[in-house]
Amino acid sequence: MYLIGERINGMFKNMRAAIGEKNKQVVQEVALAQLKAGAQALDINVGPASDKPLDAMMWLVEAVREVTDAPLAIDTAKWEVMSAIVPKVPGHAIINSCKADEAELDKYLKLAVDCKASIIGLTIDQKGVPADAEKRIELGATIAAKAQEAGLPMNHLFIDPIIIPVNVSPATPKAVLSALAALKLISDPPPHLVLGLSNVSQGCTERKLINRTMMSLAQSAGMDALIADPLDLDLMNALVAAELLLQRTIYCDSFIDAYKMGAKPGEP
Amino acid sequence: MKASETAQRWAAAINTVTIGATAAEKGTRGKVVTIGGAKCIPWMSYEGDIGNRPAIALEVWDSRGETWPAGLQSLYGDALKDTVTWAKKAAEFGADLICLRLDGTHPDLGDRGADESVALVKSVLAAVDLPLIIWGCGIAEKDNIVLPRVSEAARGENCLIGTATDKNYRTLVASCLADGHKLLAESPLDINIAKQVNILAHDAGFPLENIVMFPTTAAMGYGFDYVLSIMERGRLAGIGGDQLLMQPVLCDVGLESWRVKEANAGDDSMPGYGPLAERALMWETLTATNYLQAGGDILVMRHPGAVKLVRDTIDKLVAGAKALAA
Repeated sequence: MYLIGERINGMFKNMRAAIGEKNKQVVQEVALAQLKAGAQALDINVGPASDKPLDAMMWLVEAVREVTDAPLAIDTAKWEVMSAIVPKVPGHAIINSCKADEAELDKYLKLAVDCKASIIGLTIDQKGVPADAEKRIELGATIAAKAQEAGLPMNHLFIDPIIIPVNVSPATPKAVLSALAALKLISDPPPHLVLGLSNVSQGCTERKLINRTMMSLAQSAGMDALIADPLDLDLMNALVAAELLLQRTIYCDSFIDAYKMGAKPGEP
Repeated sequence: MKASETAQRWAAAINTVTIGATAAEKGTRGKVVTIGGAKCIPWMSYEGDIGNRPAIALEVWDSRGETWPAGLQSLYGDALKDTVTWAKKAAEFGADLICLRLDGTHPDLGDRGADESVALVKSVLAAVDLPLIIWGCGIAEKDNIVLPRVSEAARGENCLIGTATDKNYRTLVASCLADGHKLLAESPLDINIAKQVNILAHDAGFPLENIVMFPTTAAMGYGFDYVLSIMERGRLAGIGGDQLLMQPVLCDVGLESWRVKEANAGDDSMPGYGPLAERALMWETLTATNYLQAGGDILVMRHPGAVKLVRDTIDKLVAGAKALAA
């Protein structure tokens, strides 16, 4: 499982404060803690913390780069931020994210290919998040086809079939699971399939329970990458157990430690 | 479909492990043996490098040579009566390494003491300059007395010493670490325990890249397929990136194949069995060559004729792999 740690995000209070005060140490501690807990890459999101998102993003990237070479997922919806930052990220960058809109895909994929970066394609088009599995699969196939045309190596492509809160849209988890299973088959080798997990429980109670249960179901359906909180120990242990039960790792009595030993930062 | 169309890309390689130390490495061996390094399913060089060629060790005991089968007595002669002469004979027979088995330290098989074993290890090291595998009797209490002493006596020679098990590993791990030896990690035909012994040794501070796995060996016809499938699962996981299964593998071929009925029953014991001498030789040879197909890195053997046949097979496999290389 390729795990992208989600904790460097201006939505979190400590991060919002750190960005405001330019407190590198807090950012670096969170970066290292996530890697120690088993993350292979780190998501970097300025959130609503700054009125100068480009400067704040660059500051975060530089702060994290001082302590790790792990791939960084540049998480912004603003093209002007993405296109300015990604060429400047030392080491591997993951473009997070791009919608399945033809014109948008063209420019984002070109950026990914030019910078040898990875990219997360969302199964969202101009009409928004699809209600069913079929549209997700169709948009996923569009992303994969476009990526191949653009010359992006398949191991640099992530498709995210978009999970939304279960209290708002109760049918979505099942649609996402069906889409994951189908998208696994769209090419050989297949693209990575990823979810921004915590969105499933936005506004719900028992968030961590919902998150990790959704994760296990998605692992079973073929998800092989995840944006989540590596510092959630129950989540991590469930992740490891599911990898074992799905025969992606070999059992030993110390299987949790054994899995974490093998989870090292690196390109997807 | 051409075989190469099934080629897969693997994330990792089996660890490369060197046994023995020459004067340049502050030991006294005439050469070292390096195993492992494969980045493919055994011999499938169109996927990746096949790594170092498998090595052949010849078995030498500290006592009880008279219990060896008649077919081997006739080849080794009086050498079986004296461990040092026996080791020299094994070197003459073309061994890459000597596998010195301290079975005589077993409480029921002579109960030899640590002092005696230390003297013996020193004599063998002085008599032959091949890298050494030193194998305890398997009784934890006794191994924990004898092996630290022989480890210390062989300090700097970079031996492979075993075995560590999931129930008894701390003492041997500490000795091998202190004296600069490689560790032979044993598991009872169980991939999960093979992995567990490695993580236990790792947690005790031993480098994973200094471990050789012994996943138990069976002779052809005697549970052989279980071992083969376990070795294959281990290899696939190892080259797939599981660092707790990236260790090269030792197969104890001679001991196992010479104790089965087919290697001992007389010429006329069963219709179609054929002459014992040839049959026993082939039982050991085929057991060994089949383990080559599952990724065996060290084959511990006995019959010099089998050694020659297996070496020829390795030559052919290496040549074939070169021709098919990616």
